[in-house]
Amino acid sequence: MTLPIYVQGAWYLGALLFIFGLKGMGSPASARKGIVIAGYGMLLAIAATFLIPGLQNLALMALALVVGGAVAWISGKKVKMTDMPQMVAIYNGMGGGAAAAIAAIEFAKGDAHSVVTTILAVLGALIGAVSFTGSCVAWAKLQGVLKKAHRLPAQNAVNVVLALVAVGLGAAMVVLAPAQPELIFGFFAIALVLGLIVTLPIGGADMPVVISLFNAFTGLAVGFEGYVLGNPALIIAGIVVGAAGTLLTQLMAKAMNRPLSNILFTPMVASGPGEAISGSMKEVGAIDAAAMMRYASKVIIVPGYGMAVAHAQHKVWEMTALLEEAGVEVKFAIHPVAGRMPGHMNVLLAEAGVPYDKIFDLEEINGEFGQADVALIIGANDVVNPTARTDKSSPIYGMPILNADMAQNVIVIKRGKGTGYSGVENALFYTDNCRMLYGDAQPMAGEIIQQLKAMG
Amino acid sequence: MDGLLALYIFTLAAFTGYEIIAKVPVILHTPLMSGSNFVHGVVVVGAMLMLGTADTVVQQAIGFFAVALGAANAAGGYVVTERMLAMFKKKEA
Repeated sequence: MTLPIYVQGAWYLGALLFIFGLKGMGSPASARKGIVIAGYGMLLAIAATFLIPGLQNLALMALALVVGGAVAWISGKKVKMTDMPQMVAIYNGMGGGAAAAIAAIEFAKGDAHSVVTTILAVLGALIGAVSFTGSCVAWAKLQGVLKKAHRLPAQNAVNVVLALVAVGLGAAMVVLAPAQPELIFGFFAIALVLGLIVTLPIGGADMPVVISLFNAFTGLAVGFEGYVLGNPALIIAGIVVGAAGTLLTQLMAKAMNRPLSNILFTPMVASGPGEAISGSMKEVGAIDAAAMMRYASKVIIVPGYGMAVAHAQHKVWEMTALLEEAGVEVKFAIHPVAGRMPGHMNVLLAEAGVPYDKIFDLEEINGEFGQADVALIIGANDVVNPTARTDKSSPIYGMPILNADMAQNVIVIKRGKGTGYSGVENALFYTDNCRMLYGDAQPMAGEIIQQLKAMG
Repeated sequence: MDGLLALYIFTLAAFTGYEIIAKVPVILHTPLMSGSNFVHGVVVVGAMLMLGTADTVVQQAIGFFAVALGAANAAGGYVVTERMLAMFKKKEA
């Protein structure tokens, strides 16, 4: 199909705007503008496609755009910030499904293609289908629809066999092209099941990395189908996302100290009883906690997912403002995997109005804990566990942690005595300079605010 | 499309993607993942091309499904990313 120059030009411009947009999203100041630029690119690319002469089913196309677009637009507007990761997962899965469906139509048409084209169409279909069902499982897990990690006996063997069958059927589609409907159907069925089976046993804590991986997958699938369609805009957008997503996935896995292969193939288990922890947990009241911070010169706050779940971020920011008024220097320390995804905690703090120049990464702030009078830990656990530095038998050994234990005093706001996501005891809670403030993050922050106000 | 030409595009696009992400602060990883999720929503254009050339009812049905999914990917990805990024402010006024 030869396309008019204005369509080609619009697509080219669209691809350029995507790249500029993504580039803009790389820095906080220009990030908002970045997504808007990319948005114009998308509108341009879609509008130009309507102008292609000889295209049929235009009414159906418009209807599909409106239906799909409206449902996603409204749900995207409504979703709470804490539920953002699973929303990204489900939208991503839809993109993967679309890429797989494109390939399905291409196979159904059975037009003659070169071997390379057929191979890429099959690969894109496989990756897209896996991303589709896998992302749906990821959504269900984070949304709480699926509660447990379902592990089959010999899970890894099942994964490998299914993957081999999928690849085998894919190879048959290339050799036997144009493939029979039965073969096409079987191939897609296996690919969709593969996505389910691979994702089901993965635990909620590892899900962010998996979502990021599927995001990269969908990108690749889109890029491959772009080649099949002879559309460079799709190739560029898809491959840029594929590469960016792969790097992002690696960064996340590294931050969690969980090699990707571990996340996909082994459940998180304690490898031994762990070193005995000496000492005891010491309680403190809100009034003492408030006083310790009010008369400190520097406080570092370490927020965790527990704070977000309790919707305490607004109270915490109010408390921060009071402390700053009293002349205390307050900084926020964010672990790379705080929240559910890298950067998720930053989004939640930003929602509460915390300016991003008060928020610091692990590398930036870890040297400063030594000069801090108080480290206030709210709803975080594993990311401040010093065991990760010392105990080789601990499942979180080697994970980079925030050095909250180096602060003069540590205050931990925590609902109960339980362990964190990993199920590992936290040695920090037993150290001499640590005090526990038991309670829900939001009312506790509220009480501290009351006490601070009383102190004037 | 010429296979070799496509290989050039693949390679250069991969480098571009890598470079774009490599120097991004951690605080933007979630919005950026979401933003790149939006960008691959351009798959909707491919879906439109397929639906536009579908000849059987089955192809039309799959095509409709593909366009709806692609549109949802693009629209949802945009809204969610924009909402997150709109919150990044430097200093409270």
